Amino acid sequence: MGSDTQRTRRYPPKPADAYLFATCLVDQFAPQAGLDTVRLLEREGIAVHFPEEQTCCGQPAYSSGYPDEARAVARRQLELFTQPWPVVVPSGSCAAMMRHHYPKLFANDPALLAKAVALSDRIFELTEFLVHVVGFRREDCGAPCTVALHTSCQARREMGVAETSGALLADLAAVTVAVQARAEECCGFGGTFAVRQPDISAAMVTDKVASLKESGAQSVVSADCGCLFNILGRAAKQDELAGRRQASLPGEHIASFLWRRTGERHEQ
Amino acid sequence: MSQPIEFHPSFAERSKAAVNDAHLRQSFRGAMDFLQAKRRAQFPDAAALETLRDLGADIRRYALANLPALLEQLEAQLTANGVKVHWAETPDEANAIVLDIARRHDATRMVKGKSMVSEEVGLNHAMAAAGIEALETDMGEYIVQLAGEGPSHIIMPAIHKTKQQIAELFAAKLPGVSYTDNVDELIRIGREVLRKKFAAADIGLSGVNFAVAETGTLYLVENEGNGRMCTTVPRVHIAITGIEKVVAKLDHVVPLNSLLPRSATGQPVETYQNFISRPRQPDELDGPDEVHLILLDNGRTQAYADVQLRATLQCIRCGACMNHCPVYARIGGHAYGTTYPGPIGAIISPHLLGLADTYPLAFASTLCGACAEVCPVRIPIPDILIRLRNEAQARPGTTAASLRGSGAARTAGISAIWRVWSLIYSRLGLYRLTSWFMSRGRALSPTEQGAWTKSRTPLVPAPKRLRDLLRERQR
Repeated sequence: MGSDTQRTRRYPPKPADAYLFATCLVDQFAPQAGLDTVRLLEREGIAVHFPEEQTCCGQPAYSSGYPDEARAVARRQLELFTQPWPVVVPSGSCAAMMRHHYPKLFANDPALLAKAVALSDRIFELTEFLVHVVGFRREDCGAPCTVALHTSCQARREMGVAETSGALLADLAAVTVAVQARAEECCGFGGTFAVRQPDISAAMVTDKVASLKESGAQSVVSADCGCLFNILGRAAKQDELAGRRQASLPGEHIASFLWRRTGERHEQ
Repeated sequence: MSQPIEFHPSFAERSKAAVNDAHLRQSFRGAMDFLQAKRRAQFPDAAALETLRDLGADIRRYALANLPALLEQLEAQLTANGVKVHWAETPDEANAIVLDIARRHDATRMVKGKSMVSEEVGLNHAMAAAGIEALETDMGEYIVQLAGEGPSHIIMPAIHKTKQQIAELFAAKLPGVSYTDNVDELIRIGREVLRKKFAAADIGLSGVNFAVAETGTLYLVENEGNGRMCTTVPRVHIAITGIEKVVAKLDHVVPLNSLLPRSATGQPVETYQNFISRPRQPDELDGPDEVHLILLDNGRTQAYADVQLRATLQCIRCGACMNHCPVYARIGGHAYGTTYPGPIGAIISPHLLGLADTYPLAFASTLCGACAEVCPVRIPIPDILIRLRNEAQARPGTTAASLRGSGAARTAGISAIWRVWSLIYSRLGLYRLTSWFMSRGRALSPTEQGAWTKSRTPLVPAPKRLRDLLRERQR
């Protein structure tokens, strides 16, 4: 039914070249996360290629019940990665779309299905790639801090990479990962769910923000921008309503966090 | 008397009311946390659990792949055992069969074990209309019946009620009972009422967990002993279940029942397991003189006919999907407005009631996958939810609209938005242009972004896109 476990996926050795599929959210709303992803990979000796024709994986339409519209968008992405290099995606949700749902989306078109399957084999979520392909280990240069980690549902349950973000953070000597209640529960984003079911979504994200704050963390990191925008946007709205000037729950993409902690100054 | 809940189109209103009901939220949150922890403790070995789920899924898929033959075999075996088998296509037909049996026995008093299919057909209501008292004997069902409500959970029907609410209910509805919120005392009071009813009942009605084709056995599990009373004390036992509940072999019950109570309530095993194969024989002391089985379709064949949607019928009604659903935990069972709430309710109800009245449930999910992760028979619930969303918005008359009520959610406005979205994101030139304007015109980004900004700060594009930053970096 389209989900991985780390036991079932075989990982290739570290490549000399890799593609970046940045996702539409990162391109337009969180470019720093994309830039830091490129820097992290380049520092590991991997040449990162960003096909300019990329737009969106198609998931918004796919999960909203518009498969034709999703297919039209997804089809464009199938053509972009012509070399046999791995495709790194700094989002568990978009990676899961390309890895597990593309083959379903093109199930009725043999030619495109073959391309979709070939591509899906090369799709890696960023933290999965860093842990299992790169063997990422860098010294922590930052000051002691406590962070909470939010893992997206697709990273956890579809990509089967619930542990990789945590493993990367655990390697950072001065970083303490706070324990939060119901860490495995959805933040309430769910793409168009957030606007289609505003009250349920608000209840979910309010609970998520509360448990992240109660964990004692100074900030939250995640490998998924959708969840981050939802969580940080809710926390910021609460700050705004309470008249707080300083963010009570700041946060950032794990790529930026890792890049800052492991010595951004070394960039050539 | 409890009534079938009519599906009210405004799921949004009901869910909003539920979300804002602090007591309800607290009741469900507490109960769901408790049940999740109980289940987790039952499956300490992850690898063993996955193997068992594979087996459970295979058994259910095998049964569905051979459904017509197994149903025929079941009927033949049960008939040979002396059990009368009835087929009902609709809820009305099922109720008519029960009434017919009741009339032949001049029955006016029925005791019921827990049966969601009887809720599905509105049996209590139909019996009341015909002058037959149909009394729920499962304690939770008894409570919701007394309150004039329906179950809010498929295995814990009164889970939405606090003990104080139950205490008030008993004091108000039961003669001579004064207020007590001592749980043991409340259960004792309820049992005392029910005990007398068992002895006086003409008919006992129950559900079925698995109907075994090979032996003609109706397998029924429960925790209170009321199921055994209902199926052995009255002269007539009527079992009612959906056609999908058949399994091929008695051996198949073993792994399924290893999954069922552990997934449901986190119990290693149920307190009572009943194997019902025939009426009382001349040399036997107890048991009913007549046993009937009603096999209900009520739209299940629509799911059966579809390669993907057939998986819906694998369900063994454990309720683990709702126990782990973050949406169910927020709104509870009644907000769904259907007999079966939660993730399984969202995927089975369209077949029972039509997609036109039930499609909002398919959209009431973040597709987080918590349900599929715990489903003991591996129903791919998120994939089915997506399929139902596709169906709900499909253009009527096309092959994509294949279900009763397909296309009911389609609106010209929303379809147009997705067409434009698709156009922009599939044409690089258009995407470049729109994303450039969004980033350069970010100061003009709306501060009111509909439902998003009701609870969150607005989303504002970055001043430069990643593609701009990467290009600058290469210079």
